[in-house]
Amino acid sequence: MESQLADVLMLSRIQFAANISFHILFPTITIALAWFLVYFKVRHEISGHPVWMRIYRFWVKVFALSFALGVVSGITMSFQFGTNWPGFMETVGNIAGPLLGYEVLTAFFMEATFLGIMLFGSQRVPSWLHTLSTFLVAIGTSLSAFWIIALNSWMHTPDGFEMINGVAHPVSWWDIIFNASMPYRLTHMMIASGLTAAFLIAGLSAYRLLKGDTKLAPRKAMSAGIVVAALLIPVQIFVGDLHGLNTFEHQPQKVAAMEGVWETERGAPLLLFAWPDEETRSNAFEVGVPGLASFILTHDMNGEIRGLNEFEEEGHPPVKPLFFGFRIMVGLGLLMLAVSWLGSWFLWRRGAVPVWMQRTLVGMTFSGWLATLAGWYVTEIGRQPWLVSGVLRTSEAVTTVPGAQVGLSLTMYLLVYAVLLFAYLQTLFYMARKSVEVEEFEREVDVDLDELQARAAAEPNANHQEAR
Amino acid sequence: MIITEWLPEIFLVLMGLAVLIYAVLDGYDLGVGLLLPMDNEPQRSQMIASIGPFWDANETWLVLAVGILLIAFPEAHSLVLRELYLPAAFLLIGLILRGVSFDFRAKAVTGHRRLWDHAFKAGSLITSLTLGYMLGRYVLAFQTGWVAQGFAVLSGICVSAAFAYIGGAWLVMKSEGELQIRAAYWSRRAGWFAALGIAAISVMNPLVSADVAERWLSMPAVFLLIPIPLVCLILVVLVDQYLKQVPTGDDVGCWFPFVAAALLFLLSFLGLAYSFFPYVVPGKLTAAEAASATASLQFIGVGVAIVLPLILAYTAFAYRVFWGKSTELKYY
Repeated sequence: MESQLADVLMLSRIQFAANISFHILFPTITIALAWFLVYFKVRHEISGHPVWMRIYRFWVKVFALSFALGVVSGITMSFQFGTNWPGFMETVGNIAGPLLGYEVLTAFFMEATFLGIMLFGSQRVPSWLHTLSTFLVAIGTSLSAFWIIALNSWMHTPDGFEMINGVAHPVSWWDIIFNASMPYRLTHMMIASGLTAAFLIAGLSAYRLLKGDTKLAPRKAMSAGIVVAALLIPVQIFVGDLHGLNTFEHQPQKVAAMEGVWETERGAPLLLFAWPDEETRSNAFEVGVPGLASFILTHDMNGEIRGLNEFEEEGHPPVKPLFFGFRIMVGLGLLMLAVSWLGSWFLWRRGAVPVWMQRTLVGMTFSGWLATLAGWYVTEIGRQPWLVSGVLRTSEAVTTVPGAQVGLSLTMYLLVYAVLLFAYLQTLFYMARKSVEVEEFEREVDVDLDELQARAAAEPNANHQEAR
Repeated sequence: MIITEWLPEIFLVLMGLAVLIYAVLDGYDLGVGLLLPMDNEPQRSQMIASIGPFWDANETWLVLAVGILLIAFPEAHSLVLRELYLPAAFLLIGLILRGVSFDFRAKAVTGHRRLWDHAFKAGSLITSLTLGYMLGRYVLAFQTGWVAQGFAVLSGICVSAAFAYIGGAWLVMKSEGELQIRAAYWSRRAGWFAALGIAAISVMNPLVSADVAERWLSMPAVFLLIPIPLVCLILVVLVDQYLKQVPTGDDVGCWFPFVAAALLFLLSFLGLAYSFFPYVVPGKLTAAEAASATASLQFIGVGVAIVLPLILAYTAFAYRVFWGKSTELKYY
């Protein structure tokens, strides 16, 4: 019985992790890509230059595809609470419910409805209304992030509630929503989304250029991606640091695991590499900068960092995923800094980036995904063994559904997600290759590139505007 | 305050409303997916174009319905989804397949389009069948045994037929020419099946549940309730007669089958609601028993009161923007 429950717990955790990891890929793109689209559309409105509309046309297709994947994987999330984690809603439903509800009410409907107008309505509504629809979709995606991050942050640093008979009851909604870690996590995530979209745009545009695209659109889009990334990354490093300090204050065990601090120590080194060993409760192969971890976290070379030994009794998160996840995220962040600044320098001095730089950008196309996932693994695994810090343990919330059923559903999800991820990536690069040869329409809905190509071949001099 | 006492029931009504709107709206686009003819690619494109701007928002009503169950009745949410664990997983797989095929077909490598259309159709079928199956299990309060399972399977088939019915009706309204005639034919076929299903469920439900029988067959309620099945029957016959005439001259009344089908959905829904109110889980949990804390319901209630009218308003606006035949609306 005991091991049966442990199986269900592990399978449910894997299933939730698989679902949310797959899901977060797409909102991470769409939250910021929506604002990029607003920018492209507004540039078009102001300048009247068709290139902005062409950029918009290409990226709105990427947006539509990413959004669809985000929607369907998001619906899955709303069922997971009931199917696999009934204890979550039974204990903290009074808090989590309304926050999720506000997400549906204020964000989902708005983005879904205006997305229809944004994708299909450009011929049916005035241009300003189309721009407004794009804007409302962007507002919707950001609002959605606001509510879900509020709930997630509350699970890390719960506030504004009281426990009555083992059930959380709200006391102050303000304290619940704007809990201690919420502003940091929200800002960190929004900028992460900005960087993800910026590198996606730069990478896919660079790919088009490498494939021989001589049009203006990919060059403009690539520049926009590089410059936005260069502007965001220093802010992100600063905000990330603040977020870390906030975590140090409220969830010291998480930071201890991230830094591989097994015993409370003063003047802790910043470990560049190590191999944490849960058995011996120590690190092998340490390479570190003396005193730097203490300095970053306490602004004192000799500051004290509480070690994992202080949290053994009530349990602390596993060390390896946090330790390595954190280093992957920070490493990618530094790489982003180098690439975006170097790219900006080339743009500034030479007005173009060299081929090797374009190749690097293609390699970095999905760096935002990796960094975001690594960061989320750190923060979410770092909350274990709690589901809601100090309130509800993960093991207490899991379902009583038989393990075989969870195993079956998990297998189905993994299969479907693998196929979809493959199809998504394949389609993005396919769309990019297609657009090398064919110009986007200036005012057309979701153009079929195959058909356009056939038409262009049939009548080489056909005017695009008239072809409709 | 009096309204505070009624909050659980108010949320139950809201949830019902979300379910009803979902059934009608996603019903027609699921139906369009079910009807996708694999022998005619231009017609498939036209059909998918007709639901292009709407499907996403339509599905959001399901998220709202499940959301209200989660927010207002967390205990019921856990109970329902534990009982329906596997069907829910199948439902989600179906919804995923549908939602993405839709976008992939427009952008994927040319040779793959047919594959995505198959996925779209399969996704619609899985979704409709499991929704109906889940409804059947729910109505019988998750009883086990072959009668309950058979009832749920029947419900799955009938709900799928009802979706095909309203999907065909939607196409009669939104298309013209060859496709409209085909759609009318499909809708007619599905309509009789759906009507048979509604009749079967109406007869079986009081038979297997004493409580439901009591509510429907007691005097004088029975006299007030008789018109419901009667009106349903009349609607089905009228729609059938209309569909026989398609295409009508000047396309007169092309909206009628859709509106009538929606009305049929409404009546069936009212029938179910009458059978079970104020239970969230029939015979097991009432709204008041399963409700979350009053403070939580108040907080979200304010949001609902402000935002729901807005949602309805811009939804109406979107339908107005895309009013008329969708032939012009290309979604390649």
